[in-house]
Amino acid sequence: MDLRFTPEEIAFRDEVRAFIRDNLPSDIRERMRLGHSPHKEDTVRWQRILNKKGWAAHNWPKEWGGPGWTPIQRMIFLNENQQAPAPEVLGFNITMIGPVLIQFGTSAQQQRFLARAANLDDWWCQGFSEPGAGSDLASLKTAAKRVNGHYVVNGQKIWTSTAHNADWCFVLVRTNPNAAKRQEGISFLLVDMKTPGITVRPIISIDGSHHLNEVFFDDVKVPVEMRIHEENRGWDVAKYLLGNERTGIARLGKSQERVAAAKEHAGEVRFNGRPLIEDAAFCQRVAQLEVDMKALEITQYRVVSAYAKQRDGRPDPLSSVLKVKGTELLQASTELCMDVAGPLAMPVWARELSALANEPDPEAEWSAEATGSYLFLRAASIYGGTNEIQKNILTKAVLRL
Amino acid sequence: MDFDLTEEQRLLQDSVTRLMADRYTFDARKGFLKQPQGWSAELWGRYAELGLLGLPFAEEYGGFGGGPVEIMLVMQEFGRALALEPFLATVVLAGTAVRLAGLPAQQASILPAVADGTMKLAFAHGERQARYDVADVLTTARRNGGGWVLDGAKSGVLHGDCADKLVVSARSAGERDAAAGITLFLVDAAAPGLARRGYAMRDETRAADISLTGVHVADADVLGEVGDGLPVIERVMETGIAAMGAEAVGAMETMHAMTLEYSRTREQFGRPIGQNQVVQHRLADMLMSLEQGRSMSMLATMSVDEPNAAERARNISMAKVGYGQAARFVSQQAIQLHGGIGMTEELAVGHYFRRCMVIEHTFGDTAVHLGRLAAQVG
Repeated sequence: MDLRFTPEEIAFRDEVRAFIRDNLPSDIRERMRLGHSPHKEDTVRWQRILNKKGWAAHNWPKEWGGPGWTPIQRMIFLNENQQAPAPEVLGFNITMIGPVLIQFGTSAQQQRFLARAANLDDWWCQGFSEPGAGSDLASLKTAAKRVNGHYVVNGQKIWTSTAHNADWCFVLVRTNPNAAKRQEGISFLLVDMKTPGITVRPIISIDGSHHLNEVFFDDVKVPVEMRIHEENRGWDVAKYLLGNERTGIARLGKSQERVAAAKEHAGEVRFNGRPLIEDAAFCQRVAQLEVDMKALEITQYRVVSAYAKQRDGRPDPLSSVLKVKGTELLQASTELCMDVAGPLAMPVWARELSALANEPDPEAEWSAEATGSYLFLRAASIYGGTNEIQKNILTKAVLRL
Repeated sequence: MDFDLTEEQRLLQDSVTRLMADRYTFDARKGFLKQPQGWSAELWGRYAELGLLGLPFAEEYGGFGGGPVEIMLVMQEFGRALALEPFLATVVLAGTAVRLAGLPAQQASILPAVADGTMKLAFAHGERQARYDVADVLTTARRNGGGWVLDGAKSGVLHGDCADKLVVSARSAGERDAAAGITLFLVDAAAPGLARRGYAMRDETRAADISLTGVHVADADVLGEVGDGLPVIERVMETGIAAMGAEAVGAMETMHAMTLEYSRTREQFGRPIGQNQVVQHRLADMLMSLEQGRSMSMLATMSVDEPNAAERARNISMAKVGYGQAARFVSQQAIQLHGGIGMTEELAVGHYFRRCMVIEHTFGDTAVHLGRLAAQVG
């Protein structure tokens, strides 16, 4: 038992750190440092740089263009990338559809999509939630009827992040409305977003950004070859995907980056006539966050190490702990940044002011973005299975109540 | 990074688990409490036979050369059983002081006797006015011919009532609170001028207040460098914090398991209370705290031998805060979910609660350690 990184792991971390330092384009770095969420182009550009190095598909096996890293190495990579801060690789492509294609896809599906997903030639989005199927995902109603060589899809998806950027969508549809169990009538389809009958409508979130969408399907024809796994077995695929999603969901490096940014800015703003960083209550709050992040860091490595050793590929139910604690910290760290920015964090116009001014105003920009992140990340404890659902998972899988 | 136990570590864990499961039931423990010293001399002998009392000592002194992980494994089991014996005081605290600061002759005269169970030790450092201030030592050590004379009072000395030898800190130079000028001494419990009053702590473990009035100590019984005792004291406390963290994990695990079992069997409104989501989520919250606390106990264990003192102290403080908060949450919720029965002396859960409470207030509480971390933020 040893919590220290091995010399190999330290060398690996240094290699990753150096690569990001030397290859992250400076305009992207500057935007990230000011707390912006990355533009679509930023994400694409950075993921292609990583892919050229063979690192974008960090969790894929070597034969499909992954780097063949250990789970610990993957964690190190994700943390370094988040702390840089650099745009994160697109989760829909890398941690969701990629592993699904590798596990369940036909050879033709793998050949067609995997390399393009790694290189972000296709931007994927996730069509799971519906107006009537949020936490209770299995109650989804979007219907797919088989007509000749096609499914004809009708229905509506909601909260579809980045659907407006997307080329493809993986969608859960109901293919058998009469199945004995609701979970047994669901199939998993790959849908080209250019298919006639698809309408994407923006949902503006409380941070003022366009990230979420509604997606309407009106007689959308999807070739049968675009189904993953067997008909009516889509729930197995979704469960596999959500399990995969959870191992990286703590996004600890992001919280660490936010706390570091808050400390840096707290040295520059004043509180009771002194730098905020000298205020005892502020320091106490930061120290508490640092303790909680340390605990999560170790728990994360424990879960990841155990996952590496177990062979059945099923997610560790303790990954629900990572989701709950990780998102709580993500929220607490963005809240801290907003509180550090203080009154300058409140006007919406700070963002525009900075854009309009002849001279850049990084402080106003950072402050406005701090609030944007705070507002947007209220979603963190809702997406990917709400934190209450995670507790239900723990109740069932660990407590067995 | 590696979370696996070695084969030897697994065997050690198994043997302690088996011993405690066989011999340390909650009922048996009630009997141990009635013994004059408040713990089981027989079990103490069994610990010696299993090699636990020499676990961290070098083989040349009758020990097994074990490290912090071995201590963690034993303390987890002791936490599950709520063991009452002076293992922490003797082997972990005073034992660490002797192991780290003792001359070969001092180690040779003490550690083999500790390992075979014939000598018990205590770490007599804390003083009443000091609260959690580590360098607040008012007990004095004056030069007297070829030796020293100690005067002062020590308070809350864990298992100080049964110890054969005490590791006593005293100020040989400097003002109150000065980091320099503290010296450690090996003092025989029967030394003239030493008086002690034993008492039970809230968790039924034993402690003592000790007064020293003109106690003569030979030069040969100075432990470590004159005036440079504080770094040793800090190492002893850090080692103790790591050991207590593992003990708290054992206690938390047990409380969580008990509460879970209770929620399955206790029926109200015609069904087990564990079928209510509010209870389920509370149990899930307890589980999450337990796992975060376990991670922090591991952090403390892995940091005990970290050579960089600042990093070591930082990690230990983080761990103390983290496992202390986890233990407080888990134990408070354990009583809450048990309802009225959780308030009774008869049920074990309140005993685990109190052990965690005492642990949290030993060697710096959450406020102390969070304060140390906060001081490093700016």
